[in-house]
Amino acid sequence: MDPIKKKIQNKSKETRQELIGKILSYSSILLIVLVVLSIFIFVASKGIATFTQNNASLKDFFFSTDWSPTAVGKDGRPLVGALPMITGSFGVTLLAVLFATPFAIGTALYMTEIASKKGRNFLQIVTELLVGIPSVVYGFIGLNVVVPFVREHFGGSGYGILSGAFVLFVMVLPTVTSLTVDSLRAVPSHYKSASLALGATEWQTIYKVTLRAALPGILTAVIFGMARAFGEALAVQMVIGNATLMPKGLLSASSTLTSVLTMGIGNTVMGTVGNNALWSLALVLLVMSLVFNLLVKWIGRKGRF
Amino acid sequence: MKKYNLLWAFVAMFFILMGCSSNTKDAPKSIQIVGSSAMQPIVEMGAHQYQKKHPEQKITVQGGGSGTGLSQVQSGAVDVGNSDIFASQQKGIDANKIVDHQLAVIGVAPIVNKDAGVKNVTMEQLQKIYAGEYTNWREVGGKDMEIVVIDRAHGSGTRAIFDDEVMADTKKMKAQEQDSNGSVQHMVSETPGALSYVSFPYLKDTFVALKIDGVTPTPKNVTTNKWKLWGYEHMYTSKNASKETNAFIKYLLKSDQVQEKLLSRLDYISIRDMEVTKDKDGLVSPK
Repeated sequence: MDPIKKKIQNKSKETRQELIGKILSYSSILLIVLVVLSIFIFVASKGIATFTQNNASLKDFFFSTDWSPTAVGKDGRPLVGALPMITGSFGVTLLAVLFATPFAIGTALYMTEIASKKGRNFLQIVTELLVGIPSVVYGFIGLNVVVPFVREHFGGSGYGILSGAFVLFVMVLPTVTSLTVDSLRAVPSHYKSASLALGATEWQTIYKVTLRAALPGILTAVIFGMARAFGEALAVQMVIGNATLMPKGLLSASSTLTSVLTMGIGNTVMGTVGNNALWSLALVLLVMSLVFNLLVKWIGRKGRF
Repeated sequence: MKKYNLLWAFVAMFFILMGCSSNTKDAPKSIQIVGSSAMQPIVEMGAHQYQKKHPEQKITVQGGGSGTGLSQVQSGAVDVGNSDIFASQQKGIDANKIVDHQLAVIGVAPIVNKDAGVKNVTMEQLQKIYAGEYTNWREVGGKDMEIVVIDRAHGSGTRAIFDDEVMADTKKMKAQEQDSNGSVQHMVSETPGALSYVSFPYLKDTFVALKIDGVTPTPKNVTTNKWKLWGYEHMYTSKNASKETNAFIKYLLKSDQVQEKLLSRLDYISIRDMEVTKDKDGLVSPK
């Protein structure tokens, strides 16, 4: 055959490489999608079984406060009132983010607008260090420092939502800070230049221009912090007291979705009501993380420059 | 074609590794043990001693909780499931499908923070505290201090023993729950007015072990059932367990090393010393 014809009609080495590359990347995507889907389907089917197989009432799950899945109530349905845990989870999450956000914004502003390169690098290392500390260490510090502190200065036994929020505050701080830094950096420099050229002071520029422009990004940072706080199990479990009671205040022992999950999963048998009820809690956690993600997407779309 | 050589090398290695795992037919089958974390130290130490005599025997001991142990052994995923409670007490377990081996007896004692000023309670008082009727130590002869009740998680073996003997049919109030003896220890030492219970190996002098009706929580009092809060440590196997598993369990139950020395060193009580037996419904009868 004519060598030129052959070269044109047959696949070259480069085309083959292209094909192999495509197959590799598509199969990776497929695998990841399959993993995510199967986790979702698994948790959902287990979590829904509480209501379909064990005949628990969905209304009780969200609005009743009596959590003892192995016992049945007067109407013959298992007692799966998850309201105390849902309240506990939202309580610690919102409080922790409320504490953390001002500090995070302050630190981020210092890092992007005010600090020298040296100061910026130093703070960068500090926040990265905070991310790297394992949650059990935070929990341990919480147990030995935060709990006695809360007991002496606020009252109660020291175990409760307030202690949990204090521990989570330190844990979400680096997440919120670094994402806020990113969003402040993304503010176009001509916004700032224009403001300064109009005669605004540095503070006026930060307050009226930079922060306003970065607001969607800061909100995203806060929501990521919330997602992190909502899902944290170990550290919170060590300081919150783990009572499946409706919290009477910030100082009474209560529990979160995650703390009940980690405490109970080893003591129940697959397929029983007790176990399925825990999967329902897991499903709530999964759905909430999905909601947090969608919120982030939604804010991102709203607030483009 | 260099990269294909590498590929072939991997394939060859894979087959060599496969060969490794199937060539070990002569070595004894390894024994997988999962379950109660309270039993983990004693089974681990027993396994360590057993391996001194049978160095080729592989034994892995994991925690995970009594429920995990029972469900894993029922499904055949492990050889032995450790449990602090009778299999029939756990929902979702068919007790007829698995075999019970009682390794030892464990005592449970109520403990209080030193500041409460209480050393002795009656069984009725203890029950009423856990039912939520008494909320101040003054009501049971202590100081004017709120009682911080700490419980163990649902399904914990220690809790099952406590509930069976103390609460009987009385409804327990909901309280703080902790997932291990260790964290209860810590909380009761540190929290003023705290009340909880731990198994004997976890008794320390940083808190007070309560007498009940004047009886002190000692192993001696457990053997005669004068101290009523006790239960068995079970090792459950499937009906057709491997011969290695049976040999190991026989060693744990029969060896003087384990039953005489190891158990008493870890504050457990040997089945041999017991003068009474208890069945799964809590009925005690002389041996």
